[in-house]
Amino acid sequence: MSFRRAGAIFSVTLVVCAGVLLGLYVTRFLEAAPPTVNAAAAGLRQSSLTLQTVAQVGHGETRDWVSYYARDPSGKWVHSTILRVPAHSLVHVTVYQYDTATGLRNPLWGQPRGIVGGVMYVNGKPLRVLNPELASHTFAIPDLGVSVPLEGVAEEAPNQCENAPCGLDKAHNTITFTFNSGAPGKYRWQCFVPCAAGFILGFGGPMQTIGYMDGTLEVV
Amino acid sequence: MSALRPSPEMRRVLLVWLVLSVIATPLVVILLGPQLPPGAASDAAHGQQQDNTVMTAIVTPIIILLIVYFAYVLSAFKHRAEGEPEDGPPMRGDVSVMALWIGVTLTIVIFLAAWGAYELFPGETGAGGGQGPTPLAIATPADASTALPVQVIGQQWAWTFRYPTYGGVETTELVLPVNRQIRFTVTSIDVIHSFWALKLGVKADAVPNTSNVAFAKPVKLEASTVRCAELCGLWHGHMYAPLYVVTPARFLAWMAEQRSRWSPATRYLPPYATKYAPEPTYRAE
Repeated sequence: MSFRRAGAIFSVTLVVCAGVLLGLYVTRFLEAAPPTVNAAAAGLRQSSLTLQTVAQVGHGETRDWVSYYARDPSGKWVHSTILRVPAHSLVHVTVYQYDTATGLRNPLWGQPRGIVGGVMYVNGKPLRVLNPELASHTFAIPDLGVSVPLEGVAEEAPNQCENAPCGLDKAHNTITFTFNSGAPGKYRWQCFVPCAAGFILGFGGPMQTIGYMDGTLEVV
Repeated sequence: MSALRPSPEMRRVLLVWLVLSVIATPLVVILLGPQLPPGAASDAAHGQQQDNTVMTAIVTPIIILLIVYFAYVLSAFKHRAEGEPEDGPPMRGDVSVMALWIGVTLTIVIFLAAWGAYELFPGETGAGGGQGPTPLAIATPADASTALPVQVIGQQWAWTFRYPTYGGVETTELVLPVNRQIRFTVTSIDVIHSFWALKLGVKADAVPNTSNVAFAKPVKLEASTVRCAELCGLWHGHMYAPLYVVTPARFLAWMAEQRSRWSPATRYLPPYATKYAPEPTYRAE
């Protein structure tokens, strides 16, 4: 085989390998992105979102990470924080909160805001402010002015959930509230509680990762 | 032959440069200067705009010299004859040229250093930068004692603002009265952020367990945005808050509304302090 031919074969092999690696990288990236979960229709210009917060995912490389889950319109729990709701509509949110309290670094976030009537309901009871020490997480969409604290379950509560998604037979609090989705756009949402166990200040890992304690709200 | 005795070509270049510089530099100062960032919405911002104008005015003749020389060389020194071009005579070191070059650049650098140092200690105008927890008296505005204290609290990923002279109420938008000196006390409750109110000419690091003081006096009614200027995590690019400079009457009305609105949460806020070290600092497993 001539030197020139060997060089050509080597070059082609190199390009093919690079292409395969690039394809694998892109595929892995696309697979890693959480799927979009649509809100369920709930009447004219109304929709409903059902979420749950869990203390630990319970499986995979990030089994110890705290996380949100979202329920799709078919009733299946999806490990995602990419949510889609209709524009200019009332969004009724139900959060099943399974984690214990961590506490707010800034007590200001203990007051719900940006929601209809300024009132959230914890296990059916109206609440205008939550003792910041009892907060486990928050559901906040800063650009829409929405922020709602989520009360944690008691440390000593029996039958706590260890593997997500959690069923309603596990210890939990149910938080409900309604907000107006406003104009179309893509809005970030996040938790303001430093809830990432094992990370300095509790702000690493899941607090910095979309699909866990951060996400986007697509208003369409 | 010294290069300080310019050739006819160089004389032409210098003449064109001189004429253009004499025309362009005042135009830059008069027309472009008022358009330069950060504007003149506060005394600090106005001072920074003046600094930017001075630097732009200094650099104008330099840029013109480069352009004129480049254009002249391109047009005048073309190779028009047949055959291979010949290299010109070698240029040796020239003490007078080097002295001129060093003298001019040294003068500019020393002037800018002196100007910058002067602007850091601006007396009544306020530089707009974070001056640490205890600003020097020379860098403190004369009306600092009557300034409105506003605490800026950075957190991943939001700004909140606390007004200690109004019951310690904390808000999510920054509203300031016009024509009043503001004393910003900037801090953070998690990682390092940077409070950047571009239109006010204020930029001060928000460091945990530290208080960073900055002054500015808004002089224009306007709405803008404050941002974080320190990469601080996933949503750093989304860390902003609205800023409104309003009339004193409107400010008081807004403040009354905020005190009522945030009263449920205010009772849970810690007593006002220049810095906070909230728990938990490390979440238990």
